[in-house]
Amino acid sequence: MAFVTASWNPLGEAFYRKVELYEMCWSIRDGLRDSLVAAAPYGGPIALLREPLRRSPSSRPQLEIYSASGAAIASFPWKSGPVVQLGWSISDELLCVQEDGSVLIYDLFGSFKRHFSMGQEVVQSQVLEAKVFHSPYGTGIAIVTGSSRFTLATNIEDLKLRRLPEVPGLQGRPASWVVLTQDRQTKVLLSIGPELYILDNTSCTAVCPPGLSPHAGSIVHMSVSFSYKYLSLFTDSGHLWAGLSNLQDKLLEFDTKTTERPKQMLWCRRPKSQQPSVVLMWDRLLLVVGECNDTIQFPVEDPSVLVGEMDGVRIINSTNQELLQEVPLVCQDIFKIASMAPGALLLEAHREYEKSSQKADEYLREIKEQNVLEEAVRQCVEAAAHEYDPATQKSLMRAASFGKCFLTDFCSDPFVSTCRELRVLNAVRESGVGMPLTHTQFKQMTLQVLIDRLLFRQFYPLAIEICRYLKIPDYQGVSRVLKHWASCKVQQKDLSDEAIARAVCVKVGESPGVSYSHIAAKAYECGRTELAIKLLDFEPRSGEQVPLLLKMKRSHLALSKAVESGDTDLVYMVVTHLKNEMNRGDFFMTLRNQPVALSLYRQFCKLQEQETLKDLYNQDDNHQELANYYVTASYREKKLESSLSLLQNAVDEYNKAKNDFAAKATEEEMRLLRFQRKLDDEKGAGLLGLSLQVTMETLLSLGLHKQAEQLYRDFKVPDKRYWWLKLKSLAEKEEWEELEKFSKSKKSPIGYLAFVEVCMKYNNRNEAKKYICKVTPEQKVKAHLAVGDLESAADAAIEHKSESEIAAVLSRCSASDRLLVDRLNRASGAKK
Amino acid sequence: MARRDTPGLPDFSLLKRLARDQLVYLLEQLPGKKDLFIESDLMSPLDRIANMSTLKQHDIVKLYKVEYKATVSLSDQLCFLIRPRIQTVKWICDVVNADKAVGRFRRYKIIFTPQRAGDQRWLRTVGGALHLLHSVYGPFSKLYGIGSCSQMTYEWWREQVEQGEQGARPAEIGSVFLIDRDVDFVTPLCSQVVYEGLLDDIFRIKCGCVEFGPDVTSSDRSVKVMLNSQDKVFNEIRNEHFSNVFGFLSQKARNLQTAYDKRQGMDIKQMKTFVSEELKGLKQEHRLLSLHIGASESIMKKKTKQDFQELLQREHCLLEGFEIRESISFIEEHINRQISMMESLRMLCLLSITENGLLPKDYRSLKTQYLQSYGFDHLLTFSNLRQLGLLVEQQGAETLTVMESKVGKLVNDKTAGKITDAFSSLARRSHFRALSRKLNLVPKSDEEYDLRVPKDMAYIFSGAYVPLSCRLIEQVLERDGWAGLEDVTRLLNGHEFAVTGGSRAEPNSDAQRLVLVLFLGGCTFSEISALRFLGRAKGYKFIVVTTAVTNSSRLLEALLGNHA
Repeated sequence: MAFVTASWNPLGEAFYRKVELYEMCWSIRDGLRDSLVAAAPYGGPIALLREPLRRSPSSRPQLEIYSASGAAIASFPWKSGPVVQLGWSISDELLCVQEDGSVLIYDLFGSFKRHFSMGQEVVQSQVLEAKVFHSPYGTGIAIVTGSSRFTLATNIEDLKLRRLPEVPGLQGRPASWVVLTQDRQTKVLLSIGPELYILDNTSCTAVCPPGLSPHAGSIVHMSVSFSYKYLSLFTDSGHLWAGLSNLQDKLLEFDTKTTERPKQMLWCRRPKSQQPSVVLMWDRLLLVVGECNDTIQFPVEDPSVLVGEMDGVRIINSTNQELLQEVPLVCQDIFKIASMAPGALLLEAHREYEKSSQKADEYLREIKEQNVLEEAVRQCVEAAAHEYDPATQKSLMRAASFGKCFLTDFCSDPFVSTCRELRVLNAVRESGVGMPLTHTQFKQMTLQVLIDRLLFRQFYPLAIEICRYLKIPDYQGVSRVLKHWASCKVQQKDLSDEAIARAVCVKVGESPGVSYSHIAAKAYECGRTELAIKLLDFEPRSGEQVPLLLKMKRSHLALSKAVESGDTDLVYMVVTHLKNEMNRGDFFMTLRNQPVALSLYRQFCKLQEQETLKDLYNQDDNHQELANYYVTASYREKKLESSLSLLQNAVDEYNKAKNDFAAKATEEEMRLLRFQRKLDDEKGAGLLGLSLQVTMETLLSLGLHKQAEQLYRDFKVPDKRYWWLKLKSLAEKEEWEELEKFSKSKKSPIGYLAFVEVCMKYNNRNEAKKYICKVTPEQKVKAHLAVGDLESAADAAIEHKSESEIAAVLSRCSASDRLLVDRLNRASGAKK
Repeated sequence: MARRDTPGLPDFSLLKRLARDQLVYLLEQLPGKKDLFIESDLMSPLDRIANMSTLKQHDIVKLYKVEYKATVSLSDQLCFLIRPRIQTVKWICDVVNADKAVGRFRRYKIIFTPQRAGDQRWLRTVGGALHLLHSVYGPFSKLYGIGSCSQMTYEWWREQVEQGEQGARPAEIGSVFLIDRDVDFVTPLCSQVVYEGLLDDIFRIKCGCVEFGPDVTSSDRSVKVMLNSQDKVFNEIRNEHFSNVFGFLSQKARNLQTAYDKRQGMDIKQMKTFVSEELKGLKQEHRLLSLHIGASESIMKKKTKQDFQELLQREHCLLEGFEIRESISFIEEHINRQISMMESLRMLCLLSITENGLLPKDYRSLKTQYLQSYGFDHLLTFSNLRQLGLLVEQQGAETLTVMESKVGKLVNDKTAGKITDAFSSLARRSHFRALSRKLNLVPKSDEEYDLRVPKDMAYIFSGAYVPLSCRLIEQVLERDGWAGLEDVTRLLNGHEFAVTGGSRAEPNSDAQRLVLVLFLGGCTFSEISALRFLGRAKGYKFIVVTTAVTNSSRLLEALLGNHA
């Protein structure tokens, strides 16, 4: 394939080639001459503002947007203020910097998106010159104003304007300037006459490019490389200096022998460049100056625009577009005339093989003898990736495929992935799509970004094809495309809500990761509320629907969806929203229809708004809860009177709730409280708030028997309770006489075993014994045992002939009770 | 027939690691040195996933408990790890405002942990947990469940699964069983008599850790003990009926002595190996053994008293439905003599649930007694208990049926069904007696029950009662669904489901015999013991996940009136 090298030009040791990318689809004739042009890197779109200086309302400049292949995308008359600079953001938005410092942002299709200003002071001083630049932080803008001040915005997505310090001695704009990103800092490099200055956040420092002759003249043009690592300067004496942008080193110095300022000057490098160069363009001449001081000259026949890329320079004119780049080393190796590189031999071998020539074998043998077949295959694959012409790609890939047949355990992953990637690249390079990406650029920008780019351009079917072909997981692939498509679809004004909803549903279906609420939000943004609601219906996760519904003021629907979702945080969110939005009555009514929301709100009120809780119960005629509320509230009151009045409210509500038990209990409590207060006042008994039982206990322990008795009667305390209480209290105070009197006051409702046990608890066996005779026969044994009288217990047990009682006595006997044990055993035996 | 070949467990330390990584990720979002404020009830859970050195590694300088006081921290960055409670957040606002007032600039970060159990707010958290387990150990072969919360949790989980990416993983867990606590309130209201349950009832186990006071340690110090299967002594007795525990412990003590005694007659070299290899383990075991013996003694003191035995007996009568009058008198006396506020309340609830509510006369009189003993504010307690259906008045059964049939005539079947549902949920009637018959929950009492060789799950309640919750799980697993249990589910208010998951694992693989049981609303240690028994008997391994470990006191404390 000798003709591959036909377009090669030597530059030092290396070669440069011009590859034709497109015949441009546009018809703009002299368009490039008098237009403001911005072409995005990575094969991005081209914007053209024709005759930007026209200002009369009758004839406005025309703004045109084209794909890189020149296919028209949008065109409209520019009705805003005079534009100083056009540029593209990393997400394919067109930035138009106006004279007054405002920046207007349009999408690819020419729809206005938003605008911002580069500062109020600019309105007065005006923008003299502006530059759009890209850095790791995003897309930035730098301007220099009529008052010779620079202002920077490093990321237009997160706008922070930085006004740089004044440059001493600068009048108007500098002769030339560039934006540099170095050490995570964005700076401006500018020239005033022969002097060079670096302007950063805090200062303006004069710098000196190493090796630049002091007689070189004034610096009139400068340019930095794609990576900001290299700098080139052009002086009014035609002197070209190039070196590192940190000004540590010089790479070349060259006399162009022309004093005219070049229209454009760009770096032309590629990763692992052998011979980086600076490309300068004048009206009629394109000059490539290599590090070796060698040059290539190309005539310029038509007004052209240069676009810097990471691995070359694109040259666009009215009829066609070319890529100027250093020929990648691997391609040089293969295609260089008489090359003996392994790849070259393999390519040759394959060509002979196609011709069924035996020479194929010779070539192969030669490769194999050198043991470089694997290297040969690798070279062919790599070279194919760098070739733009599909026929060349194919012949290289075929050669590689042929070569790998003779290899065992060869890893074919690079081969397969290169094949796939080339197919994708060829598809997007198609003139209809118009993205002239090189393989190197593609790898750098990543597949994700390529798909984004296709989405911006609305090439949905192609994007889906690519996702499927490259087997990208749905989340990052097809679903993302569908999401974008649907968001775009809902903006179609010529279709009915119904038709759009249907179309979206059919296409999107249940693709994972596509959120209908997201699409609906887009529809709502475009003012199509009804469509948004229709779309929300498709959203399976009710929780997702809520925020949008609230935004659209569909509060009731939002509430029921929130409840449906089971996400209580969401319910609270809606409830809080409703609370602020509605009047109280409506708010309560709404909650009433949503029991879950109501109960959650109640819980909130219990913690935060006790009063509201009351209102809620009131509205619902929930007398029971209202009464409970009053009871709870009564405990918070310190004053007895207030407590009592709250309790009275509770009584009323309990009555309304027909809960007479609770009403009565509450009334009794009120009675008890009054009683306690009275005694506290009279005797300082400290009773208030105690339970009835504890009150009586306290009274008894204070010796206030009469008062205890009164409570016992007034509150219908069961006899049993009172007897237990009194028994314990008297025993505790060891008032044994009183106790005996009490025991005789009437027949004990708790029996007399209790007396025995309580006496024993206070270690008074004598007293305990007094009550044994009164104990019922069934409890006799227990009673005797309680006082430790085993003999009597045994007697009673034997008398009762009760096996279990005998056992109980036996279990208490020890070894010393031999006789007793025998007797019990006998009795037990006799029974059997 | 007991199967001994129970399958092994998946690697659950992964969950710990995940939790720790997540915590670290959150802490790192506030880069640089900072102080961490943590709510006291989160201390123990935090301990389980990260220790102080992990926190230090991620720039935590000091750790403070949230005490609702002005902060003394000097750090420029404060991080708060709290539950989403209004009170706590308000306190944080106070801290921030106080800083503002003195012109102090600090950075703050709040990390919220999931809502604590209490209402349906935790359902999503549970659904999330299930989703996590599913994505780490799933897919599941089958999901069963009963109760409305179970169903909601299941649905929420399914939604998550459908939205998420599904990679093919080997299934490490077989089936999943979701069960609502309100399906069975009887079991948690019973006194626990299995060792671990008893420890919880008496000493309160917090996050797998128990604090033994001086009465147990027989020193003046309290000791915190982790209760898990790494404690060899505990591992052997945790599921045992208390009556067997002393036997085990004394056997253990003898074995230990024998091991120590080996020292006699050793030469120097043997002694050296003994000291370096065995002695430490023996000492550790010795320490634990004496703690468990101490704990058992303390339990004995409390639980072998006449009172407790009688209480247990009454409890069994309630479960069996015998001698109800006597039980009522017993409870009344219990209340009158103020023996224990919580126990009385527990017995009241147990009575109500097992008897389908109290007769109006008893209902009023017992409540009156209770109020007299423990104070009027328990009127609110009773209101809460009634709402949950734990302590209610008997509805004349006729009243409901009459109403149902009347309504039934007026509207078509479907609506009538709904209305019946509404009625039954309104009344929240328990059908314990019928359930007990249908599921054979109370073993015949005429047979002697050997607690040392239990024959069924009833052993956890001294052979008196098979926990309803665990019986349901057993039956559903056995039948592979709810078929044949229609009567039971109707009595339990339905919401049962059985669905196949995404797993295509072999039916007899180890994983298929791993059953994940998810208790919504808490479970007791006794239930866990019962499931362990069931697992041994049927060759399953149960993994129990619960919103909380509960017992009767925890359950009832949350319902005390004037509480919150």
